[in-house]
Amino acid sequence: MNKHITPALSRRAFVIGTAAAGAGLAVGLDIPFGGPTVVRAADGSPEVNVWVVIRPDDTVVIRIARSEMGQGTLTGLAQLVAEELECDWSKVTTEYPTPGQSVARKRAWGDFSTGGSRGIRTSQDYVRKGGATARMMLVQAAANEWKVPVSECTAANSTITHTPSGKKTTYGKVVEAAAKLSPPADADVKLKDPKDWKIAGKGVLRLDTADKTTGKMMYGIDVKLPGMLNAALKDCPVFGGKLKSYDEAKVMGMKGVKKVVRVNDSTVAVVADTWWHAKTALDALPIVWDEGENAKVSSESIAKWLAEGLDNSQPAFIGNQNGDAKAAITGAAKKIEAVYNYPYQNHAAMEPLNATALYTPDKCEVWTGTQNGEAAFAAVMETSGLPADKCEVHKLILGGGFGRRGMTDYVRQAVSIAKQMPGTPIKLLWSREDDMQHGTYHPVTQCKLTGAFDKDNNLTALHVRISGQSILFTVRPAALVNGMDTAAFQGLAPTGDWAIGYSFPNLLVEHSMRNPHVPPGFWRGVNVNQNAIYLECFIDELAHSVGEDPVAFRRKLMGKHPKHLAVLNAVAEKVGWDKPPPKGVYRGICQHMGYGSYVAGAAEISVTDGNKIKVHRIVASTDPGHVVNPAQIERQIAGSFVYGLSALFYGNCTVKDGRIEQSNFDTYNSMRIAEMPKVESVIVPSGGFWGGVGEPTICVAAPAVLNAYFAATGKRIRSVPLKDQDISFA
Amino acid sequence: MANLTINGKSINVDVEDDTPLLWAIRENVGLTGTKYGCGIAQCGACTIHIDGVAMRSCGISVSEAVGKQITTIEGLAASDGALHKVQQAWIKNDVPQCGYCQTGMIMAVAALLKDKPKPTDKDIDETITNICRCGTFQQVREAIHAAANA
Repeated sequence: MNKHITPALSRRAFVIGTAAAGAGLAVGLDIPFGGPTVVRAADGSPEVNVWVVIRPDDTVVIRIARSEMGQGTLTGLAQLVAEELECDWSKVTTEYPTPGQSVARKRAWGDFSTGGSRGIRTSQDYVRKGGATARMMLVQAAANEWKVPVSECTAANSTITHTPSGKKTTYGKVVEAAAKLSPPADADVKLKDPKDWKIAGKGVLRLDTADKTTGKMMYGIDVKLPGMLNAALKDCPVFGGKLKSYDEAKVMGMKGVKKVVRVNDSTVAVVADTWWHAKTALDALPIVWDEGENAKVSSESIAKWLAEGLDNSQPAFIGNQNGDAKAAITGAAKKIEAVYNYPYQNHAAMEPLNATALYTPDKCEVWTGTQNGEAAFAAVMETSGLPADKCEVHKLILGGGFGRRGMTDYVRQAVSIAKQMPGTPIKLLWSREDDMQHGTYHPVTQCKLTGAFDKDNNLTALHVRISGQSILFTVRPAALVNGMDTAAFQGLAPTGDWAIGYSFPNLLVEHSMRNPHVPPGFWRGVNVNQNAIYLECFIDELAHSVGEDPVAFRRKLMGKHPKHLAVLNAVAEKVGWDKPPPKGVYRGICQHMGYGSYVAGAAEISVTDGNKIKVHRIVASTDPGHVVNPAQIERQIAGSFVYGLSALFYGNCTVKDGRIEQSNFDTYNSMRIAEMPKVESVIVPSGGFWGGVGEPTICVAAPAVLNAYFAATGKRIRSVPLKDQDISFA
Repeated sequence: MANLTINGKSINVDVEDDTPLLWAIRENVGLTGTKYGCGIAQCGACTIHIDGVAMRSCGISVSEAVGKQITTIEGLAASDGALHKVQQAWIKNDVPQCGYCQTGMIMAVAALLKDKPKPTDKDIDETITNICRCGTFQQVREAIHAAANA
């Protein structure tokens, strides 16, 4: 399976001029595809093209550039290639090309970034084309061998048939000849209509399961290289603080310790024979920090600052607007207002962050689990100071990513340590405490929502005013639009992948940006998580304020949003919204849009003692346009509710003295199986577009349960997590 | 130096007595199927069997494990390589997502089935407390019942 398999390239592929040094990722040689130069994989098997290698025994090796972190993308992308390739699915295996190889071949595999639920939807077109092109070349090779017109030949299940004569051959037999052919012209490559799919669209088993059940699957944390040493580190507990000094003499005599190194301005590491020795010595290392200007910041001071941003007098970016909401609210017969908030949360992937680096003046290689191989590659280049042709990243399967492994801080640290010990491979592993306290957190926001009704209880206006942190401001400032973080409006935007599903006579959605010193990051679901709570709980509040059924109330606003409405209706029907729930059970419902997919959810809960919630049943629907693997979509939906409900019930990283207070799963809890509701998925693909799957349904978990909690108790909870409201799982 | 019996083999490991068994297994013995997740016996990623009982190896010192039968995920399959019925059910039910917690989950479930061959949902809720951040619990439950009925 896809360990860090390294397909061998022709030597030409690695020859890059010294001009590549520091020139980023765009530099490389143009390697011809097709034609007489056959590029071979490590075992000598020929590439038909960059996506498809076929061995003489008919094994099909499909190259996957995006990262597998549990979301099933590796299997889904392989299904899409195999579908067009018309190959025998039972003979399919996969491997990762490396970022270094891709750079050397003019980014032959395109984007490696695996976030934003984009793994399949933004590469489906070219990977399918890769499969189709390879199939056409294989069929052409057979036709050439038989000296028959290619139009008389067909391909299915890795077998090519000359229909008039009944002659047959297999892909493995013609691959050498196929690899020498020129690829067909783009215009001649026709992709299948998804309704004709036989492998894609089916809930086939994942390709990466077996090794995950035996302990053989190698994650970054399991990398072992000859002569390797292990590093444990401490970063300044206050974000933005600095490492002042440390007294290495105190630990150099401890067992196994080899070296103490300054990693960067704020971090020190101990390198030892084993990680346990490194960690033990690190804990004994006297360190002096310069905690800097943020040492007094607290959750309370942040909340106070954000609350000021809710006031209309403060400047704000406008993300969506029609009519004049402020005027309509001023003149309203009835006004409803509520303030919600959402805390910092940690990704808490099960595998703590790690990277293994080997540096010599001639080469720097890194082995790591990353959601973005190319970003990791650029980080290796920058930190090592070596040009692209002297850097490499070997990707491993991720023990969870959730957005955190799209960052490269841990890769840079590993290279920095390795650079100080040339020739010795260094495995850097963060402790869970490091991981918890040096995250890139789900951003903190508050939101004031105001709704206006006329005297006949018609909703006339909605004003959504968000105050809080921008992810892009810190992580990707070049993506700001005149200073505005458009991602702050995910699920509230006028149109596109993040479109709001309602029409209001007057609407204003704005963001008062306030960026505390705690580093934010993309956290599975990102800003739809809190925006869905804000909008969907408040819509529920508005419905109840005029005595209307929450579904009927929504439907009135959704006439121009048929796809949003379709998933809401699908959930309402499946949960039985028109019939009363069982005695003692209460329902909540919601809908939203994110990552190009339409999602809706309903929860059935019971509440005992006013504060113990049992979530009995979840019904969730998604319209992702096309479905590549329905079994994996069901698993992503069910898993979404573990991530989303863990966040709702437990997720809070509080700030005290400038640092995160929580340090491990004892203070930052996550749902267990006993708390897991039954999740029923309703997948309603309407075709014509490609939406994401890994993230969108997370955002309907919390509002569905919060709205059900109101139905059960009459109490509105507007603050996450529930544990801080003295509410727990039953 | 401590002598440990892991997956039926006697192995000398050169570590301090108070080294957590997890790290001795991973770093000194080289069996990396046992995962580090928290180090404080919360998450269960490091679950192994000690004398047939599921234990979190990060919370046990090497000295406490001396003289006991230690089984890791690498030793769960039969000696002829046939996978344990829990592993088989995991594959058939396509349980793992990222998979990192699953070896610990499988070890916990294997111990449960040894103790209670036909566990109820309540038995599962009370016994299986491993954290899975991908959220595979629905498939875990299905696969436990499938393994019990295999």
